[in-house]
Amino acid sequence: MPDKYRVAIVGSGPAGLSAAAHAAAQGLSHILIEKTDHLSDTIFKYQKGKHVMATPSNLVLRSDLDFDAGKREFILDTWDRQIEEHKVNVRLNAEVTAITGETGNFTIEMKGGDTIQAEAVVMAIGTQGNPNKLRTPGADMPHIQYQLDDPGEYFDEHITVVGSGDAGIENALGLAADPKQNNTVSILNRRAEFARAKAANVALLEEAERDGRINVCRETNPLEVREKEIVLETRDGQVTIPCDRIIARTGSQPPRGFVEGCGIEFTSEERSAFPKLTPSFETTKNGIHVIGALAGYPLIKHCMNQGYDVIEFLMGNDELKPADEPILAEKFAALPGNRSVDEWLEVFRNNIVILRELSPLQMRELMLDSDVAAFDEGDVIFVRNDPGSSMFAIAEGSVLVEVNPDDPSVTVPIGEGSIFGEVGLISGRRRGSTIRAAETTVTMELSRNAALKLLATAPSANRAVNRITIERQLLQMFGSGLTPDDVSELVEAAELVQVPAGKNVIDEGADDKDIFVIQQGSMIVEKNIGGNPIFLSYLPAGSYFGEMAVIDGSKRTATVKAAIKSEVVRFPGDAFMRLLDRNPKLRERALTDMASRRKVNAFVEERKESFSSAVDMYSSTAKFLVDNGLGEATDVLLIDESLCVGCDNCEKACADSHEGLSRLDREAGRTYAHLHVPTSCRHCEHPHCMADCPPNAIKRGPDGEVFIDETCIGCGNCQRNCPYGVIRMDPKPPKKPSLLSWLFFGAGPGPGEASYDWRKKTAEKKGLEQAKLAIKCDMCAGIDGGPACVRACPTGAAIRVAPEKFLTFTKLAEDVD
Amino acid sequence: MASKSDFAYAEQRRDTDHESFLSHKRMRWLKVSVAICLIVIVSYFLVDVEPRHNGGTWYGYTLGTIGAGLIIWLSILGIRKRNISEGRWSLKAWTSAHVYLGLALIVIGTMHTGFQLGWNVHTLAWALMMLVIISGIYGISVYAALPRALSTNKREMTRAQMVEALAAIDRQLETAAQPLDRKESDAVIAALDQDVFRAGFLARLTGKYPRCATKRALRAFPDGSINKAEEKVSSLLNRRTSQLGQIRRHMRYKALLEVWLFIHIPATIALIAALIAHIVSVFYYW
Repeated sequence: MPDKYRVAIVGSGPAGLSAAAHAAAQGLSHILIEKTDHLSDTIFKYQKGKHVMATPSNLVLRSDLDFDAGKREFILDTWDRQIEEHKVNVRLNAEVTAITGETGNFTIEMKGGDTIQAEAVVMAIGTQGNPNKLRTPGADMPHIQYQLDDPGEYFDEHITVVGSGDAGIENALGLAADPKQNNTVSILNRRAEFARAKAANVALLEEAERDGRINVCRETNPLEVREKEIVLETRDGQVTIPCDRIIARTGSQPPRGFVEGCGIEFTSEERSAFPKLTPSFETTKNGIHVIGALAGYPLIKHCMNQGYDVIEFLMGNDELKPADEPILAEKFAALPGNRSVDEWLEVFRNNIVILRELSPLQMRELMLDSDVAAFDEGDVIFVRNDPGSSMFAIAEGSVLVEVNPDDPSVTVPIGEGSIFGEVGLISGRRRGSTIRAAETTVTMELSRNAALKLLATAPSANRAVNRITIERQLLQMFGSGLTPDDVSELVEAAELVQVPAGKNVIDEGADDKDIFVIQQGSMIVEKNIGGNPIFLSYLPAGSYFGEMAVIDGSKRTATVKAAIKSEVVRFPGDAFMRLLDRNPKLRERALTDMASRRKVNAFVEERKESFSSAVDMYSSTAKFLVDNGLGEATDVLLIDESLCVGCDNCEKACADSHEGLSRLDREAGRTYAHLHVPTSCRHCEHPHCMADCPPNAIKRGPDGEVFIDETCIGCGNCQRNCPYGVIRMDPKPPKKPSLLSWLFFGAGPGPGEASYDWRKKTAEKKGLEQAKLAIKCDMCAGIDGGPACVRACPTGAAIRVAPEKFLTFTKLAEDVD
Repeated sequence: MASKSDFAYAEQRRDTDHESFLSHKRMRWLKVSVAICLIVIVSYFLVDVEPRHNGGTWYGYTLGTIGAGLIIWLSILGIRKRNISEGRWSLKAWTSAHVYLGLALIVIGTMHTGFQLGWNVHTLAWALMMLVIISGIYGISVYAALPRALSTNKREMTRAQMVEALAAIDRQLETAAQPLDRKESDAVIAALDQDVFRAGFLARLTGKYPRCATKRALRAFPDGSINKAEEKVSSLLNRRTSQLGQIRRHMRYKALLEVWLFIHIPATIALIAALIAHIVSVFYYW
């Protein structure tokens, strides 16, 4: 054993192994230190038989070890064999407790008192050491585990997997793989989509969900762990399910204390920040290098490449470029300025606010999934009403937003470093305005998936996007005349609050003085009259409330609660008052708004005396509609059954305007006080169907309609995700003979949707393709005259309404006869 | 019309008026039709034609032309309803106009005759017109009265769910009836075997089913003197009766809402034929 190694590699995961193998191959004096009694503990701890993926597929592998997608055992065997063949100097069962010294002379202390001397250290310790713990009440119960060694061990259990990443999905799949084990497996995802997991894993999970093998709970959080059960918070309220075992796979954090103890700085105070690194993986402590998951990149292929690269750097090869270099070089080739890949990466990272806290490695990863482009002054970046769900960031230059579609000269600038197009990302709407480059501008376009991944993994980016969204929402809400400076105090003080369905945000009679803006979801306003909560009004996303108590210093006059799971931004009332003081125009507007709300309150209270049954009816009808999903609707078909004669002309008209299939079921659905909510799309504000569309075929049109375009692959995800059952899967039927040839000669099946038999037989006869595709209401977009269901109703029973307009006293209490 | 991207236009497309075909656009077509009737009645008494009012005077020809035109236009509703073409038309507006202009035909058509009625093809056309209008008046009245009852009776169930609920009761009945003796089993079997959807025209319209085997079977289980098994069957039979009641009421309302069309439409076709005969004969025997 030499006195001093050239390099000590701490951790024998893919990164450490690859580094050690390359060091051995290059004849560098080295030692590989591993805490456990085997190599590559992270992969060793994978489930038996787990299929290990080799993404990203466009990245070449640069390592002395082989690696390709395959079973866990095969990969571990290969590595063990090759490590032996390369004569790598390995020290097992050695846990490093401290690293001291300077470059050229490090002392690595180990548990038990042994020390190792090395000139340089490569830290490849990964992040597995510290899994994130559950933070709910009951999180210390013994039936919670943070790892699953062998899914075959568990029988006849109710098992809840918490976490929507690859580990969670793979555990859930493993536990549910063998029906003989008779496990009831649920997986919780606090979001609607599995943005952090690999596409192939998500596909397998969805298949299992389809077959009923796994219960997939989206938009669900664990609330409390109890003996034999778990309380969940879902989109529609609290649910308790039986649960014998909880497997929490909610990611892990870098073992930061130890790393910082070695003198290494991190990019921020954020819990999930990564160490500051140079492009050659050197930390702020010269001579110590960090690679692999701890460096911010958890994929095996990347880790192995970094292992190879770090040894090259240590051997003085400064010319070496990362393996993804050619891919990025090609991307950047189109940009002006002739800068190198590293220079460009730095430009993007330094200039774009939401990317500032990313490590160079995360930048590279993000860049692989993004597009860059350069625009000259006046070039159009995108046009209003263009479909598009990506988000743009301005790396250099600035852009102009055409806020008035009728007059392109009215513009609002967005400066360097900011983002635009973020609305498309959130709700999948079409572009709201045309955007032009104000000068020579370089943009980065993040695909919807890449952007969602960024927001899910980088809290700083998430905060930055939230901040920009809040600022723009405030400016939009309070109209022209305000500048970002005016609202900056409010934006600074803003706090994003998640509100579960049915929870009060404001309690009637309370003394608090905050103002709220609904960012997502919707609220209902209730007033307690004579012991009964009376529905006052409905507030869609984008409304603000709570200003009354602030302006006149009174107590809260009504209760405001979430109609569905919502997100509100809370602003302190005094900051709002200061804003009003500075802007007399805004004060005037707030006072007008307040007066009209007062009027509704007074009106209902007054009516309560004289027409109490009308008020009750109004209140309960409004509640019924909110209960039936109007709270998240933007446009809904209602049928007034005091007028409906059941002719089904609406369904026939729907089928005849859309290739022969009806997108609504008039009879099905709930009814209250003769107001019927048929099974038909409500064009949700945040469509559940959009959550997991592999080809991204579900979009929102200019009139607010949510539609499926021709790229649908028929996977059925949207149908499963829709809580209202309004999406059907059917092949496009053959064309029917014309109306007149049916009328005069009885040709074909007649108006409306043809029977299944007719469709199938005729399609077979004509040799048409029978692939099932998803179909849903598109609000008759592109059809002059508007929704056919409404136009074709002979009695006026079918109406389409925007909920905020319909859920008013005058509309709901009116008599139509 | 504004461009499609115009938000106001999108709003207008979305927000449809919540009002019935009878009160469409503040009774626009009622007003039009009352005005037409008033003009026709007043002018009938003001215009002095020789020798007297009949279809052959210039005044009679005018009313006849208007009337024939209206009849043809009114009959086109059937095609409008089924031809879902693009455009800013509303079937509700058409229905509203159809109803009120159709009622105005009583005045226009009758004034056209000059009250000269007799046993000929001309009066046949008038009589058929009146038949169509009277059946239409029935139609309006059931359209106004029955939808609420139809909706209340449905209790949020679709037709398929009602039939499925009946089938579920039948399955339970079959199991529950196993321990019964011959006579009682026969009554249950008779109830289960009866095709509940085969009902005569009258039964369907009145909702009265005197030969209902389920009701008859219930009589085999008089209150009081019955054991546990019999009690279970009896309560299932009661549930079956009430489920049948819902289905039959549904069928009755639907029948009442549709039965008049079986007169209204054929009579319209006959009316158009008679109208052609009337016009041809008038000009042929000029």
